[in-house]
Amino acid sequence: MTNAVIAGYVRSPFTPARKGALAKVRPDDLAAQVVKGLVKKTGIDPKAIEDLILGCAFPEGEQGFNVARLITFLADLPRSVGGVTVNRFCGSSMQSIHQAAGAIAIGAGDVFICAGVESMTRVPMMGFNPLPNPELYKTMPEAYMGMGDTAENVAAKYKLSRSDQEAFAVESHKRAASAQAAGKFVDEIIPIQTKDGVVSEDGCIRAETTAESLADLKPAFKADGVVTAGTSSPLTDGASAVLVCSEEYATQNGLTPIARIKSVAVDGCLPEIMGIGPVGASKKALSRAGLSAADIDVTELNEAFSSQAMASISDLGLDGTKVNIDGGALALGHPLGATGARIVGKAASILKRDGGKYALASQCIGGGQGIATILEAM
Amino acid sequence: MPKLAKDIKQVAVIGAGVMGAGIAAHIANSGTPVLLLDIVPEGAKNRNAVAEGAVAKMLKTDPAPFMSKRVAKLITCGNIEDDLDKIAKCDWIIEAVIERLDIKQDLYRKIDAVRAKGSVVSSNTSTIPLATLIDGMDESFAQDFIITHFFNPPRYMRLLELVGSGKTRDGVIDTIADFADRKLGKTCVTCHDAPGFIANRLGVYWVQAAMTEAMDRNLTVEEADSVIGRPFGIPKTGVFGLMDLVGLDLMPHVQSSMAGLLDKSDPFHAIYRESELVSKLIADGYTGRKGKGGFYRLNRDGGQKVKESVDLQTGEFSKSEKARLSSVRDAGKDPRKMMEASDKGGQYGRAVMGKTLAYAAYIAESAANSIVDVDDAMKLGYAWKTGPFELIDAIGVDALISMLTEDGIEVPALLKKAAGKSFYKVEDGDLYYLGFDGTYAKVIRPDGVILLEDIKRKSERVAGNRAASLWDIGDGVACLEFHTKMNALDSDVLGAIKTSIRTVKKQFKALVIYNEGSNFSAGANLGLALFAANIAAWPEIENLVETGQETYKALKYSPFPVVGAPSGLALGGGCEVLLHCDAVQAHGETYIGLVEPGVGLIPAWGGCKEMIRRWAENPKFVKGPMAPSAKAFEIISVATVAKSAMEAKENLFFRESDGITMNRNRLLADAKERALSMVDGYEAPEEFTYRLPGEAARVAFEMAVDGFHRLGKATDYDRVVAGELAKVLAGGDTDVTEELSEDDILELEREGFMRLVRNEGTMARVEHMLLTGKPLRN
Repeated sequence: MTNAVIAGYVRSPFTPARKGALAKVRPDDLAAQVVKGLVKKTGIDPKAIEDLILGCAFPEGEQGFNVARLITFLADLPRSVGGVTVNRFCGSSMQSIHQAAGAIAIGAGDVFICAGVESMTRVPMMGFNPLPNPELYKTMPEAYMGMGDTAENVAAKYKLSRSDQEAFAVESHKRAASAQAAGKFVDEIIPIQTKDGVVSEDGCIRAETTAESLADLKPAFKADGVVTAGTSSPLTDGASAVLVCSEEYATQNGLTPIARIKSVAVDGCLPEIMGIGPVGASKKALSRAGLSAADIDVTELNEAFSSQAMASISDLGLDGTKVNIDGGALALGHPLGATGARIVGKAASILKRDGGKYALASQCIGGGQGIATILEAM
Repeated sequence: MPKLAKDIKQVAVIGAGVMGAGIAAHIANSGTPVLLLDIVPEGAKNRNAVAEGAVAKMLKTDPAPFMSKRVAKLITCGNIEDDLDKIAKCDWIIEAVIERLDIKQDLYRKIDAVRAKGSVVSSNTSTIPLATLIDGMDESFAQDFIITHFFNPPRYMRLLELVGSGKTRDGVIDTIADFADRKLGKTCVTCHDAPGFIANRLGVYWVQAAMTEAMDRNLTVEEADSVIGRPFGIPKTGVFGLMDLVGLDLMPHVQSSMAGLLDKSDPFHAIYRESELVSKLIADGYTGRKGKGGFYRLNRDGGQKVKESVDLQTGEFSKSEKARLSSVRDAGKDPRKMMEASDKGGQYGRAVMGKTLAYAAYIAESAANSIVDVDDAMKLGYAWKTGPFELIDAIGVDALISMLTEDGIEVPALLKKAAGKSFYKVEDGDLYYLGFDGTYAKVIRPDGVILLEDIKRKSERVAGNRAASLWDIGDGVACLEFHTKMNALDSDVLGAIKTSIRTVKKQFKALVIYNEGSNFSAGANLGLALFAANIAAWPEIENLVETGQETYKALKYSPFPVVGAPSGLALGGGCEVLLHCDAVQAHGETYIGLVEPGVGLIPAWGGCKEMIRRWAENPKFVKGPMAPSAKAFEIISVATVAKSAMEAKENLFFRESDGITMNRNRLLADAKERALSMVDGYEAPEEFTYRLPGEAARVAFEMAVDGFHRLGKATDYDRVVAGELAKVLAGGDTDVTEELSEDDILELEREGFMRLVRNEGTMARVEHMLLTGKPLRN
C-alpha cells in the first residue's frame, strides 16, 4: 500500500458569521484564495494535482454547482485538475483527506488538494430549503435533531455541569488567545483579500472571556438547559486546505512532508447524542493503527460544544493538556465544512513543531457519526 | 442658498443629547445624510464617543427613534473639535446643546466661521428668546438664523415650532418649513418670539394649574388624571402620568425659566408655585419613567409588580386605586358636562380647564398668528384630541365666559370678542376661524393637502352603510372610508367594499382606501367572533371568512387601480386588505402586521396567500420551494408587527415600489396621485400559481417551533396555532410537482381558521385580548 502524507496546511482567518470581516466574501472566492495560498506555500507543481476534493456541509447557493470544480478555475489551477465536492456535514473536509489517502493507496493519483469551506453567513445552516422527510421525522425525529439539543443530551448523560462546560470554554479562549499573541497562527493563515482590505486575523477569539462573563448568558436551546452560546462553537466563515500526496511523490519532488496518515475511521452513533461521535471513530482508528490512547502525543478534537468535547475526552481517556493546545473551535470558530482539514493540518503541524510520535484528529458529526484520523511523525 | 425641501441635501446636528440625537435620527429617517457632533469627553480614547454612544443607544430605544435600523448609517458621528469644518457641506445646521446662552453663542461663532454662505442655522432652544440668541452676533448670521423647536420624541411628535425675527432673510422659514413638512412629516407652526412659544407656554401653565389644584383640592393623582383626560379629549395619562413620561426633573427648570421670562402681568405668576413634593420626589430618584418612577411607580418588592401612586399630601406611596368619580363617568367625552358637575371632580375640572382655556385666549395673539396655530400646537405637541379653541367651542363660548366670571377669573379680550359666537364655524361646507380682529377667515390648508374631513363637510357620500362610506375626492377618484370603532372590520365593512367595487366600476377611474382615524384598522371585529363562537354559530363564522376572502379577491382583481393609504395600526384583516391593493401609499408611521396568532388564529382573508406570493416573487430572495413559505412562517407565526412603513417594506407587507408619505396630512393627496398615475392602461394583476413543498415544509416548521418551545419561547398553544399556520404555508398535503391556485390556498386558510376557532385555547386568547388588550400566552 502506498503511504499518504500531509505536505502542507493553510487556512483563512476564521471570523464570525454575519458580523465578521469575511461576511461579504463569497465562499468560492474564499476557498480559491486559500487553495492558491497552499499551492504557493508548498511549491507544488499545479500540473501534478489529480483532484481538488472540497468538503462543504451545505453545498448550495454560492457553495453549490459542484463548487470544488469552480474553485479550481478561480484558483487558476490547470484545467486538468478535477474537482469534487464532498459532504459529511462537519466531517466533510476530513473526509476529503480520507478520500485522497484512499485514492493514493489504490494508485488513483499522487497529489490531492483536500480543502473545506463554509460561509455560515451566506449559506445558512440547514440550507435555504430544508425539506425533511415527514415519515422519517414521525418515526425517528432524532434524525433531524438540532445540534444544540444533542449537546444538552450529552451534558445530561455525562452529568456535565454548566460551570464545568464554561470553564472548558474559558480555557479554549485562553489557549487560542495566547497562541495568537505568540504568533502561532501566522504560518497557517492565508491573508484574504476583501473589498474592504486584507483580513489576516482570526475574529472569533475573545481573550477577555471569563467564567463570570459566560455565567451571565441565557441557555441557548432549552429553557432550563445548561448549554449557552458561550459553550457552543460560534457560527463562522472560513476555509482550509491541506496538500495530501504519496510519500514517494513528496520525497522525490522536494516537498516537505509534515506527517504520515497512519489510519482513518468513521463510526456511527445515536443521532441524539451525536457529540460522542469521536469516541467510536477514534477507537476504531487507534485499533487500526495498533495504538492506544496513551500513545497519542497530540490531539485536535473539534469543540462543537463544550459538553461533547468534554465527554469525548473523558471516554477516550485522553490527557486534556495535550488536546487542542492552541485552542479549539469554541474560541477559533467552526466553519462546518472547513474544520476537518483544519484540525488534521493543525495536528500534523503541532506534531512537527512540538515533537512526538502520534497525533489524533477527530470530530463529531450531525446525524450521529464520528470521524477520526491518526497521523504519524516523519 | 437652499430654497425648497429638495435643496436641503445634508444636515448637521450639534449636540447629541436626547433631543439632538432624536432630531438627527428623524432627519436620517427622511433619507437625508446627517452629521451629528458633540464634545470630546475629557480624556477620551474615542473622540466621537458621545455622538457614537447616542446612536448606539437609540438603536436599542423603544419606541424606536429610527424607522429602520438601516437608516442609522445615514448619521455620521463626529466631534466639534475635529469635525466642525464638515458643516461647510451642510445646508441646515441645527444646534441642540445645553440651554446656556454663552455656550450657544460661542458655538454660533465657531459655526459661522466655517458654514457655507446661505446655509440655515437654527436652535432647538425651548426657553431662550431668539432676540437674545442673536444679540451681538453678525448681521449675516442673524439673517440665516431661526429657532426650530422640536418636541420629544422628535420622530413621533408631529409639531415643529418655527420662530424667525425681523432680520430673518426671506425664504429661510419657508425652506425649513417645506423640508420639515414634506421630509420630516411635521406640521409647522410659526410662533412669535415669546417665552415658551405656543405649546409649552400653554402646556406649562396647564400642568402647573392641574398640579396645584389637585394638591389644594385634595384629589388623588388617579382622580386628577381621570378628570384631565378623556372628558377633555386629553390622553389618558392626564397630567401626572404625562409628567412621569416627560421627566419630573425637567419641570422645576422649565417652570422657573418661564417665571423668569414672562412679563409680571402674566397670569402664570398667580399660579406658579414650587412644589416641595416634586423636589422631594426628584431628590429620591423619582424622576419619572426614566428613573424609579414618578407620581406612579411599579413596586417590584415581593416578586410581583404592583402599581402604586404617591399621596399628594403626605408624599407616601401606596397601591394605586382606580378613580371612581361619578362626574367622570357621567361626562363621557363631554367637557361641558364635566365642568358643570358638582362633585370634586367637576370642580377640579372646571378650575383647571377654565383657567387653562382662558390662558389660551390670553396668550393667543401675542404668541401665535392665529387660533388655528394654537390648536394645532396643542394637538400635535401635547396630543390633545381637540385644541383649546375647539374645546371652548365644545363647551360654548358664553358658557365658559359665565363660568370664568362666576369663578372670578378675568375674561381675556379674545374670549370677549367671541361672545355670542364660536371660534370656528362652517359655512357652505367651508371651515372658518375667528381672527384676532374679530372677523372670520377661511381655514386654508397648505398647498397640495387634501383632507377627507374637508371633503366630508362639503359633500354627500356616494355610497356606504354604518361601517364605511365611499366619497368622491375628485378627478374620478373615490375614497373608501372605514368608520367603525377602531375601524374594526365586520360584514358591513365587507359589504361596503363590495358596493364600492360596483360603484367605482361605473362612476370612477380609481379607488383609494383611506380614513382619518388614529388607526387605519385594528383588524377583524373580535367581539363579534367571540359572540358567534359562544353560540356555536360555526356556519356563520365560516361564511364571514369566505365572504372576506371573496371580497378581498374581488378588490384585487377589480378592473380599476386600488391604492391603500394606511396610517397608524393596520393589523390582521386591516393588513390583509392592504395586501390585496394594487399599490400602497403609506404614512411613515404605519404599524402593520398579521397578528392573528396572538389571538390563536391564522390570517384567513388571504394574508397567507399574499405573503407567500410576495416572497416568491421577490427577485432578491432565495429560490426554492421552501424559502417563500419559510419566510412567511417566520413573519406570521410570531405575529410580527412592522414598526414603520419602512420596516413594512423589509417584511414585504409593502412592496418595494409602494410609496411612503411622511406627512400625515399629505397622505390622501399622495394616494390619489398614485391612483391616477395607474389609471392609463390599467390591467388587473394575473392570478398566481403556487408550487409549494407540502408535508416536508410543515415538518420543518414544526421542528423550528418545537425548538422555541423547548427554549420556553413558544407556549403549548403557540404550537397548536403554528401547526395550523404551517399546514397552510406548506400548501397542505400538496407535492412539489403539483400546482396550487389562489383558491386552493384560501381553502387551506379557511380550514385552519375553522379548526382553531373551535378550539378553547383560541377562545381564551380572544377573550383575554378583548378584556385586557394584551395577548394571552396559553
